[in-house]
Amino acid sequence: MTVVTAQRPAGRRVLRNIGLVALPAAILAWCLTDLSLGRELMQWLPYLASGFAMNILISLCAMVLGTAVGCALGILQLVPYRLVRAPIVSYVQIFRNAPHLVLIFATTYIFPFEIVIFGNYIAFPDWVKAVIGLAIPASAYVAEITRGAIQSIPTAQWEAATGLGFSRVQALRWIILPQCLRRSLPPWMNVLASITMGTSLASLVGVHELLHAATDASTAVRRLDFTVIAYVVVMAAFFALCYPIGRLTRRLERRFLPG
Amino acid sequence: MTTNADTAIVRLEDVRLAFGQTEVLKGIDLAINKGDAVSIIGPSGSGKSTLLRCINALVTPQSGRITVAGTRVDQLTRESERIALRKRVGIVFQQYNLFPHLTVLENIVLAPTRILGVARQEAEKLARELLEKVRLSDKANAFPGQLSGGQQQRVAIARALAMKPELVLFDEVTSALDPETVGEVLWVIRDLIRDGMTSILVTHEMRFAEEISDTVVFTENGRIVAQGSPREIFHGNDNARIRQFVGGLSGARGSVRDGEGI
Repeated sequence: MTVVTAQRPAGRRVLRNIGLVALPAAILAWCLTDLSLGRELMQWLPYLASGFAMNILISLCAMVLGTAVGCALGILQLVPYRLVRAPIVSYVQIFRNAPHLVLIFATTYIFPFEIVIFGNYIAFPDWVKAVIGLAIPASAYVAEITRGAIQSIPTAQWEAATGLGFSRVQALRWIILPQCLRRSLPPWMNVLASITMGTSLASLVGVHELLHAATDASTAVRRLDFTVIAYVVVMAAFFALCYPIGRLTRRLERRFLPG
Repeated sequence: MTTNADTAIVRLEDVRLAFGQTEVLKGIDLAINKGDAVSIIGPSGSGKSTLLRCINALVTPQSGRITVAGTRVDQLTRESERIALRKRVGIVFQQYNLFPHLTVLENIVLAPTRILGVARQEAEKLARELLEKVRLSDKANAFPGQLSGGQQQRVAIARALAMKPELVLFDEVTSALDPETVGEVLWVIRDLIRDGMTSILVTHEMRFAEEISDTVVFTENGRIVAQGSPREIFHGNDNARIRQFVGGLSGARGSVRDGEGI
């Protein structure tokens, strides 16, 4: 009996992390059974890694930009002036319901490949366009999260702040938003995971990221088994990045929303 | 607008207020002197809390004059003017409404530092003095969620006092509390009134109102039905309705707690 109870947590931990272990283990096992394949993969691994670095870069930039813009929009959605609110509500609704790929295509082809500032030509690389393409839906999601979090704070908190002499902006800054932070962290991390996975879409507009790198590699090597293992590596890499985010989110949700 | 040689710190004249079709205040006249403790009693829905909220401009009446410490509250049009008033008038709510993300000390320090611009060190010193006053010195670093209702309400009182208000409004501050913790909150308020703080209390604690008040005001259906000394209201009153209300409450207090207004 005691053995069973002692083993159960360990067993659950293995089950939880099997994804993190199983994919790399399968890749390793395959490479060891066919050493020529393993050698080929080792050769291409740095190239794939450079692609993956681009995914992380795009994801981070899109989330920083999307979060900054989204927080501002979320707050402005609650402003008592309809003229301010209406365009923001439309922006949020439109881009929350737009496929990421469509937005990436749109930003890629709408923005010029270089911009002229005071006679200087500054390149506008494709990856930056992909960042904007993903930051737009991210900002729409974050705006909704922010608005929801602010509205979830009891009005009694506003009343207490007002009673003490806080203005609305001061109350928001010192009393309401700090309370929103913990509430909106779990849904924010869902957006982070979704945007991170969305970075692979940038391959379709020619950004050198992991999926693009894997396609390059499989075209160059021209071996069916290599093509398969390259895409398995892509999956394992995204899994290793997104799965911990999801796990952390669930842990935070448990901590912040008791009962 | 200044008041003329007037001893009243709060003066309401023919204050009328309606929420939509519902008339809540139907012509309130009330004068409160500096240093006085005034209790407002009466059945639920008689406009007691609304009356209190008029005094610090949380709600604005449709007509009538409200003067608080020389300020014509009913004539304030800008939010900044209302804020200036609220800095001078403390309010304590039924549900305490502490800020749950801040410790007890931070709850008290926040408004003086962020609104009045008091130096952090000075604000903290005052906060600790106030915590001692409400007998919660050992809870300075606790979060509101870790405190009992009575303790939270005492913190809320300390938080209001940290702004050094000229008067304090108490809006049914014991109605949400366990019977055991009501006493500790009343204790703190009693101390405060003895120190000479002008206090206006909306309350259902009849014995407490009788003990600490200089004036008791009985409201019903948006009107002040009677006002006078506690002795007059609780004992010498020939108004049948008041006798019935007061008698009904104090009779119920022995066995079943009055659940009104909770």
